[in-house]
This record gives sequence, C-alpha cells and structure tokens, in this order.
Amino acid sequence: MLRLEKRPNPSKFWLYATPIVAVILTMLVGGALFAAMGKNPVEVIRTIFWDPLFGEFAFYLRGQLLVKAGPLILIAIGLALGFKAGIWNIGAEGQYIMGAICGAAVGLAVYPTESRLIFPAMVIAGAFGGWVWAMIPAILKTRFNTNEILVSLMLVYVAQTVLAKASTGFLKNPEGMGFPGSRNFSSYPAAANPELIPGSGLHWGVVTAFVVAIIAWVLLSRHIIGFQIKLSGQAPRAARFHGVNPSKLVVLCMGISGGLAGLAGLFEVTGPAGQISIDFNVGYGFTAIIVAFLGRLNPIGIVFAGLLMALTYVGGEMAATNLGLPSAAIEMFRGMLLFFLLWVDVLTNYRIRTFMGAR
Amino acid sequence: MTTRPLLLTVEGITKAYPGVVANSDVSFAIRVGEVHCLLGENGAGKSTMVKMIYGLVKPDSGRMTWKGADYAPAAPRVARATGVAMVFQHFSLFEALTVAENVALGMENPPTMKALAARIKAVSEEYGLPLDPARMVGDLSAGERQRVEIIRCLLQDPKLLIMDEPTSVLTPQEVEILFKTLRQLAAEGTAILYISHKLEEIRALCDAATILRRGKVVGTADPKASTARQLAEMMVGATLTPPERPAPKDWGGAHAALEVRGLNAASPIPFGTSLKDITFTVKKGEVLGVAGVAGNGQDELLLALSGEIKSGDGMVKATGVSVGAMGPAERRKIGFVMAPEDRLGHGAAPDMSLVENAFLTGGVRKGLSRNGFINWPAARDFAEDIIKTYDVRTPGSHVAARALSGGNLQKFVVGRELMQHPDVIVINQPTWGVDAAAAAAIRQAILDRAAEGAAVVVISQDLDALLEIADSFAVLNEGRLTVPRPVKGLTIDEIGLMMGGAHGMEAAHASA
Repeated sequence: MLRLEKRPNPSKFWLYATPIVAVILTMLVGGALFAAMGKNPVEVIRTIFWDPLFGEFAFYLRGQLLVKAGPLILIAIGLALGFKAGIWNIGAEGQYIMGAICGAAVGLAVYPTESRLIFPAMVIAGAFGGWVWAMIPAILKTRFNTNEILVSLMLVYVAQTVLAKASTGFLKNPEGMGFPGSRNFSSYPAAANPELIPGSGLHWGVVTAFVVAIIAWVLLSRHIIGFQIKLSGQAPRAARFHGVNPSKLVVLCMGISGGLAGLAGLFEVTGPAGQISIDFNVGYGFTAIIVAFLGRLNPIGIVFAGLLMALTYVGGEMAATNLGLPSAAIEMFRGMLLFFLLWVDVLTNYRIRTFMGAR
Repeated sequence: MTTRPLLLTVEGITKAYPGVVANSDVSFAIRVGEVHCLLGENGAGKSTMVKMIYGLVKPDSGRMTWKGADYAPAAPRVARATGVAMVFQHFSLFEALTVAENVALGMENPPTMKALAARIKAVSEEYGLPLDPARMVGDLSAGERQRVEIIRCLLQDPKLLIMDEPTSVLTPQEVEILFKTLRQLAAEGTAILYISHKLEEIRALCDAATILRRGKVVGTADPKASTARQLAEMMVGATLTPPERPAPKDWGGAHAALEVRGLNAASPIPFGTSLKDITFTVKKGEVLGVAGVAGNGQDELLLALSGEIKSGDGMVKATGVSVGAMGPAERRKIGFVMAPEDRLGHGAAPDMSLVENAFLTGGVRKGLSRNGFINWPAARDFAEDIIKTYDVRTPGSHVAARALSGGNLQKFVVGRELMQHPDVIVINQPTWGVDAAAAAAIRQAILDRAAEGAAVVVISQDLDALLEIADSFAVLNEGRLTVPRPVKGLTIDEIGLMMGGAHGMEAAHASA
C-alpha cells in the first residue's frame, strides 16, 4: 500500500527536481498523445524543443523566444510575489490589456510630436493602467472582503471589451481607411519600442523583465517586504503577529503584479505587436500563471520557466504549421506541463511510504 | 434520595494517555432521576470520564455497571442503545439543513420527515423548548442549536443524559429554560450527568456532585447543602500553598510598566469572547498571573496586548506610552513583547527555518535589518544564541520550526522574546504541553527577566505553576478580569472563588 507522509523539512532535492521531472513526464505523455493522433512523437517533440534553438531557422526563432519570454517573465514575477503571499491575481491578462491601452493612448494623444520624453511617459502610463486595473479587486477585497480571484478574472472580460472599443473607437487610426486598430507605433519613432540589436528579439520589455527578475530575487531573499510576503503566504497568523498589515500587503502585491502586467502590455503594443487591435492580447496573462508556478515562484526560476514556455509557443507554432498539428493539441501539451508540475510537487513536502497490509 | 435505584456505577476507572493520566481510580454512582455533577477545573479529567461512559474512549482498567449489569460500551452506538445520550460542548449540526433534517441525520432509523417533524414539535412543547422543525439551523441562536441537540437526545428516550458544559454558550434566559427542562426530565426519572465548573449553577441544579482534581476523585458533596466556597475549596484543592517569593525590588518611577484601563475589544475569532472593561497595572519587576479556564478571553487578551487587535487611545499603555493604535512591530520597538499560546502558526511559522523565525519578532529590537534589508548572518547568530541559551534541542538553526518538538519550540519562542531584553512581556500558556524540565526552565527564565526589571504578564490555566511565579493574581472570566490581588496572603478560599466565577457570574450575565 502507498501512503503519503509529510516530510519534517521540505525536500531541497525535489524542489529543484520537480520542474525537470514534470517536463520529462509532459514529453512522455504528450508524445503518447501525438502518437495517438498519428504523428511521429519524436519528430513533434524535436520540433517543439530542439528546432527553435538549433534547427534550420534558429537564427530567427531564437529572437522570437525572447519576444515571447519577455512579457511572460515580467507578468509571472509580479504574480509570483502575490502567489507567495496567498494573494491570487488571476486577471493579469486584463491588467496587461489596460496597460497597453493607457500607454498607447498617451503616445497617440501627442502624435506626431517627437520628444525623448514620450516613450518614458508611455511606460509610466502603461504601468499605471495595469496598476489601476489591479487596484479594483485589491480594494474590493480589503474593503468588502470579496474574492480577488473572481473579481480580477471577471475584469479580464471587461478589459477585452474596452480593448475592442479602443481599437474600433477612441484609439482607431484616423488614416486607417476604416479598418479597426490604432496607428502603428513602428512608424512613430518617439513612441516605438524597437529591437535594440536587430534580429536579436531583445527590446526594452525583455531588458525590463531581466532587471525585474533580479530586483524581485533580491527583494525576496534579502528584503523585509519579501520576508513578509513569504510569511503571509505560509502562516497568516504569524504574519499578523510579526506586524504585517494584511490589507496593505494585498494592495502592495496586487499593485506590483498589475503594474508589471501593464508594463508588459505597453512594451508589447509599442514593440512586437505594433498597434492596439481587437486581437491584441494572446493570453500571456494566463500563461504567466503557469510560468510562475513552473518557476517555483522564484524569480530566477521564472526566467528559465518563461524561456521554456516561450519555447513551447515558438516550437508549438512550428509543429502546427510544419506537421499539421492542431493548436488545441499544443495547448493541451502546455496544460499537461502545469498538471504534472503540481502533481510531482507533492513530493517536495511529502514522501511516499510503502507498507504491507494492515498493521 | 437513597431510596432511588442505582443506574450507573463507575468503579476504579483509570485512563492514561502518553504523558498524562486523565483519570486515576475514579469511582462514583448515579441514581435514577438524579442530577449528578462532575465538578473540576479544566484538565481535571471530566471530559475523558464522560467519553468513556459514552463509549468514545475505552478505559484502561476499572469497570462500569448499568442497572447492576456489566457495562462496557465499545462505541457510542452501543451506549445509545443502552440509553445513554450526550450533548456535547461543541455542536455537530449542519447549518444548511433544517432542524428536522439534522435530527434525522443522528438517528439509526429515521422516520419520515413529516412524522419526525411532528415528534420534534411534540417533544419540544412537552419540555418547554420551543423549536420549529422546519427552520434552518444556520438561522438559530446558540441556545436554539443546543435545543436541537437536546431534542435529538430526547427522541432516543434516554435513561442518562450527559451534558458537557451546556451553559457556556447560553444567555441567562436560556439557562433558565434549560434548567427547567432538566428538572422536568429528572422528575420523570431520567438521570442527568452534568459537567461544569460553574459553582452557582451546580448549586441551583444538582442533587449530588463528584469533584475531580487532576484525574482523581477528591470528594463528593451535596451541592444544595454546600456553599460555593466549600465546593471551590475542593475543586482547587486544599493542598495548594502559594510558594514564598521575595517581594519585587522597588524600581522607582511613577509609571507602571504596563497599564491597561477599561479595555474593551470585540473578538476577531468566531465564537470568541469579547474583552469587557479589562483594567490592571503591572509594575517593573512584577509578575501578574492571569488564570482562568480557556475560552474566557485569554487569546483575545493576548491579541489586544500584542497589537493584533487595536484598542482605543489610552486603553493600553506600556512604559508610559499609549500603544492602543500601534501594531505589533511598533510595540516591540518600545520594549513590549509577547509570546502567543499557539506557537506553531502564530508564534512561529511552521515551514520557516529557526533563523527566519528568530527574525520574525527579533528583527526590530535586535537590529537585524537596515533600510529594510535583512542581515541574515546576524539573524542566524541570534537564532543560535537562543538555541544555546535556552537549550533548544535541534539539529541546527536551519531546520523548519515544525520539525521541533512542542517543548523545544516553546523554549525557542519564549527564549526569543526574553532575549530581546523587553521592558514588558506578555506570555500566554508558557508551559502548555511542555515537559516538566522544560517548564521549570521556562518559568525560571521568566522570573530571571522579571528580576532584571521587566513587567511580566503570564496567562495560564495551570494554577499551581502560575502561583509559583506570580506576584499578583487575577482571573479572566467570560472576558472580564477580576481585580488583581497580591499572591502573598491570598487564601485558597479566595482563589477558589475567583476561579469558580462565583461572584463574576452575575456581572457577566448582566451584559450578555
């Protein structure tokens, strides 16, 4: 008979082994799924995990990795701070959209003025947009004890409606011949977020993501706010005894995650996406939740998890176009990763004991 | 009374748990139609005893008889079939179901809902316990919920009804109704085993009392012929002699180190006890012992003193500063520290290392952070200092708090506070669940700190341990604190009366 037994100390080995085991299990089960669909599993797995890095088109796809990983990392780090404190912001997708709209609106409002101050002002406006959107569930939670999971998630749909309104209405390109969508920032240098090194995929959003990862790592390991965040998540009563004000922490964590999601949206709209459009958001805000957990809620882990997730995006697209795999299968593959991660995660805090029959 | 036949006898029952003997050679007898009381302080073994009668716990030795025949229930089902019913202190009702549905859930073969509702109505009217079978339990008051439990028992037509501290959740009016019902039941021949530590209630209701202390029967009494004082004396124990302690050194200074005046605070805990007009002062070098049965506001008092419950301006003053609006960290800064009862989850974070837990409260006074950045090497030194000074048995400071045994973690938590050189320290249950050697070490450490000039408040249920270290003594009763009295010259009678709440009852009920 198998039995789970709580470990006196969390296992360090499994803490780090879990993501690797989860990736391997995903490959095995995902491979079986692809085989059942009549594809060669080895080829699919190689297309997803190997080709973007070392394949024929790697020179282009490697850049795409950074483009995809940047927003994922940026959002996931903000979410991880909240998750560590037991504050569940599920609506980063909405905060990402609102950040993009606010930042873009500032830039478009002054079009076609050229000034070095425009892009920084847009960055601030982008972070502010995300922050405001996150403050709604935060304040409802602290004032009326509403559930931040539900409120933040529902606000994603509100944000999507605002996005549709923006791209067909108040931010629509007046010279766009009636097509929905804003002006393209690539033709407005003062407000654009171009590749810093051509072909590298590196833009200000990616740089910000790496810098934020380092700041978050220092915050969590050295700073008292990081200590209070961890303490609140692990032992809420001990946190109050330490002197944490739970309401302030909710506002802080929601604000950071909303602001970072807003930043990610701003960098995306001014860079890779180029414009506000109805289908501007592609689910980074939701995928970042997986990235945060895959990275063990650890900022450095999240950088790797973000890159890995970007790989499944880029490789998944390759597999879809080259091998004719349905995108639903790729999404399932990605979902498996989180599933196996949580499943294997049990081993960090528990060990499996076997014993024979009843004593 | 002696003409009534014996219903249940308990002969030489002993029950030991690892580390504690809950009942030792307990004997008593209950007669048909008698209201019999088991009287004793918390931890005296009352609850274990009735659990054995109800078949929830098996005795180690001794025997019971029911109407002269051997009685050894293997499970509550057997006890119920015999005619024993029990109303627990904590109700087991589903809030989202109706009264009738709840009653049906507790029956072996429930009749149809309609028949059951009619029976509930009939029984509730017969015994003066008004109750509508169609109402949701979630909408009922505590007293009404208890009626559901009682009616659930009465439908089984019990010969012996056990009631565990039934009045702790009731208003005075509800107590009156309950007593009327119990008297009626007794008159009809149902024996009642009533568990309480409230002396006035017992005198009003019971025909006979068996008094337990530390698991042993220390006496029997006729409550109606005894005074509350006599009962209290037996409950507390005549052997109790407060040890002599030198009077605290006069540290001078006009201010009391800790001054609490008219402290009122609602409890943040569901079903908690609100604090009502708590007033006391503690001077430098003085130890105030706060006794009382758990659930009478001990946790709330600690929260209000620690700053986890904020209080009005001037209600709490430490070292002359009004701290009512301050949080725990600000209070620590001025030298006011505390150690809560629940060390795992409140006083310490279970999954965090001892280093992190040392920082948890030690960060402020030990200067373990600068500009918000934590000096982890210094925190480790502090943790290791605590481990060494207080002989905490652990493989090292890196292990998670939950890996420590209860006693060792308690030494760590209390040591952590004492090593911050506090001016005022509040400790809730310092020796709870701690072995004798560790308990002695903790008590000595508290006295040492007091001798260095700290004002100490110790909240505990362990009366003997409290009197060993306290200079003054007060009892917390239903959220109210008695006027603190010097331990020196305090007689056992007086302690008993303070403990039993004999004079606290009226006041507490007036506000309920």
